[in-house]
Amino acid sequence: MNQISLSVVPLSWYLLLSATLFSLGIVGFLVRRNLITIFMSIELMLNGVNLSFVTFAHQWHLVKGQIFVFFVMVVAAAEAAVGLAIIIAIFRARATLAVDRIDLMKL
Amino acid sequence: MNGPMLFLPLIPLLPFAGFLLNGLFGSRLPKALVTVIALLAPLGSLAIVAHAAYLLWSGAIAFPVIEHGAPTWISVGSLHIDFGFVLDQLSLTMLCIITGVGFLIHIYSAGYMAHEKGYWRYFAYLNLFLFFMIVLVLAGNALLMFVGWEGVGLASYLLIGFWFQKTSAADAGKKAFVVNRIGDFGFLIGMFLLLANFGTLTFSEIAAKIAENPGWTGGVLTCIAICLFIGAAGKSAQIPLYVWLPDAMEGPTPVSALIHAATMVTAGVYMIARSHAIFDRSPVALSVVAIIGAATALFAATMGLVQTDIKRVLAYSTISQLGYMFLGCGVMAYSAGVFHLMTHAFFKALLFLAAGSVIHGIGGEQDLRKMGGLRKKLPVTFWTMTAGVFAIAGAPFLSAFYSKDAILYAAFQQGTLGKVLSAVGLFTALLTSFYMFRLWYLAFFGKQRAPELHPHESPWSMLGPLVILALLSIGGGWIGMEKFGAWLAPVVGSRAVEASGGIPEWAFSVIAVSMGLIGWLIAHVMYKPGSKAIENINAKPTGFASILEHKYYVDEIYNTLIVKPLLMISRFLLEWVVEFAIIGGIVWLLGGIALLSGAILQKWQSGNLRSYAAWLAAGAAALLLFALLPYYLSAHGIDIKWAGWK
Repeated sequence: MNQISLSVVPLSWYLLLSATLFSLGIVGFLVRRNLITIFMSIELMLNGVNLSFVTFAHQWHLVKGQIFVFFVMVVAAAEAAVGLAIIIAIFRARATLAVDRIDLMKL
Repeated sequence: MNGPMLFLPLIPLLPFAGFLLNGLFGSRLPKALVTVIALLAPLGSLAIVAHAAYLLWSGAIAFPVIEHGAPTWISVGSLHIDFGFVLDQLSLTMLCIITGVGFLIHIYSAGYMAHEKGYWRYFAYLNLFLFFMIVLVLAGNALLMFVGWEGVGLASYLLIGFWFQKTSAADAGKKAFVVNRIGDFGFLIGMFLLLANFGTLTFSEIAAKIAENPGWTGGVLTCIAICLFIGAAGKSAQIPLYVWLPDAMEGPTPVSALIHAATMVTAGVYMIARSHAIFDRSPVALSVVAIIGAATALFAATMGLVQTDIKRVLAYSTISQLGYMFLGCGVMAYSAGVFHLMTHAFFKALLFLAAGSVIHGIGGEQDLRKMGGLRKKLPVTFWTMTAGVFAIAGAPFLSAFYSKDAILYAAFQQGTLGKVLSAVGLFTALLTSFYMFRLWYLAFFGKQRAPELHPHESPWSMLGPLVILALLSIGGGWIGMEKFGAWLAPVVGSRAVEASGGIPEWAFSVIAVSMGLIGWLIAHVMYKPGSKAIENINAKPTGFASILEHKYYVDEIYNTLIVKPLLMISRFLLEWVVEFAIIGGIVWLLGGIALLSGAILQKWQSGNLRSYAAWLAAGAAALLLFALLPYYLSAHGIDIKWAGWK
């Protein structure tokens, strides 16, 4: 059944969607100022990659890609936990989430 | 080698071994062992020299002995230079002086330097000096001679500055070295000219090539001869390079006796005698040598008239006597020059050692004005010194009487110039006699002028050499000029002595002796005990004497004209060109590159998270492109591979 549905939707569409998601993630990551939005953009990129993993795994009948997706999801979950904690800490310390203001690393 | 063994290389190598032993381990060896090593080395050399002399006398060998198969030093194209030694009448004479007088002075030094901290260092240097001096004398080619030439300069520098804690001694060492370098420059240019014109530096080959071309005179030979003479003038303290020798008296007195009176400073005379074939063909160069010699003799003698430091009187006397030797060489009387070199080595070493004994006996005081009345306190020193004073003054039948007369008479026979120069020489003999008897009266007669001094006679290790040298100073000339000239004739040639001057030699001798007597008389009138000059001994000299006391202001003139401009140029070069432009420039350039690139790269580190992210994205894109481009291109038929891409 899966075979049939995939044959209906061609491989390139999946890949295009994956690339679009990834690019949206990059653009959001680069242009947005709010730290949370940036964080969400990263998640978007990860999911774009996940989609292409799944696509290729299905295409080549390899399970590796699907396993890798689980790894990515686990890391993403961990990252979300740590990242959100950091964001809260930053907000408490500086009362802002605008990344342009968070420039302590500047010389 | 055919015939009996001569062990020539051992003559220099024994002192060198002494130098190595004492120089490397001397500080840890007991003093007695240091002394034994230091004394055995020259004694061994002396024994080998005596052995060679005996072989010659018994007829087992014939001179010149040229070492064949000596180790090669330089072999480039047609140029071949080896470590060959040549033993002939001239070098044997010099060797006898160097090892003989050298050994006596080593013995003397053992007593004189007994209480010095750097005892082992002193003897190491002294042995090193002997090594280089013997190399200089035995060398069969000019380059090997130059090795010895530079080496004795080094040893002289080390020994003048032996008490290097004293600024004046360190400065005097430097001055001697630098002034000698000026002369060495002339020697080097002369050697280059020799190479360019003869293609060899071996003395015998040069002489042979000159002998093949009887018509070859002047021109480039004059150039070579003048250059060599500049070298000789530096080492032998002739005008204008004599200024280092009086200052060299800062060294220990035995050093002044050995290096700055008997041996090293005569190297210039030896060098000219050794390369006489070149000088013979250049009348101009010979005249220069003769004029400079006579001028130096007179000039230095006048400066010696008013010196109050006992060693400085002797230093100026040495310069003056060296002038005589050059005068002899300048009138082609090389054997007379070498004869005077030999007698001078005896009596001047004696005078220096006796002066050293005086200085040692009164606790280091060198000022003649503070001495006086030492005759009774230092009897042996007094009598040996007296022998030396009479010898140098030209008293009849003492050594210098023969040698000085030989030179002056030879000059007298050389036309008008020679007659003028020999008159200068005769007048200098008067001055010589005057300043030596002045020293004699001031040091030994009258009453002691400095009551705080407690004179005592020196130990026998010092007096023994004095006595031997006194006997040599008396009898050293008895061989006579004729026999000595005949002995050296195979090496330096002989001049037919024709009585062209109009007066016979005995009459000339009478004039010379009377000059000495007049000098003595003047000194007696002026400086006899209780005279006015003695009572006013500490008064400042006035008029001409003041100029003399300041040594004609030559040091000051050199200082203003040469030393200061040179220092200014050196400072400019060092501080601005080298220090600022080159070293500073490189450092600032490197630092500037780092700073500038830092300033540019710093802009990258904006601290702005989004710009970091953008660079990250750009980097990822670039890597992607890098990885994909070859596939993309090969898909379109263009085949490229990244370097190193597997």
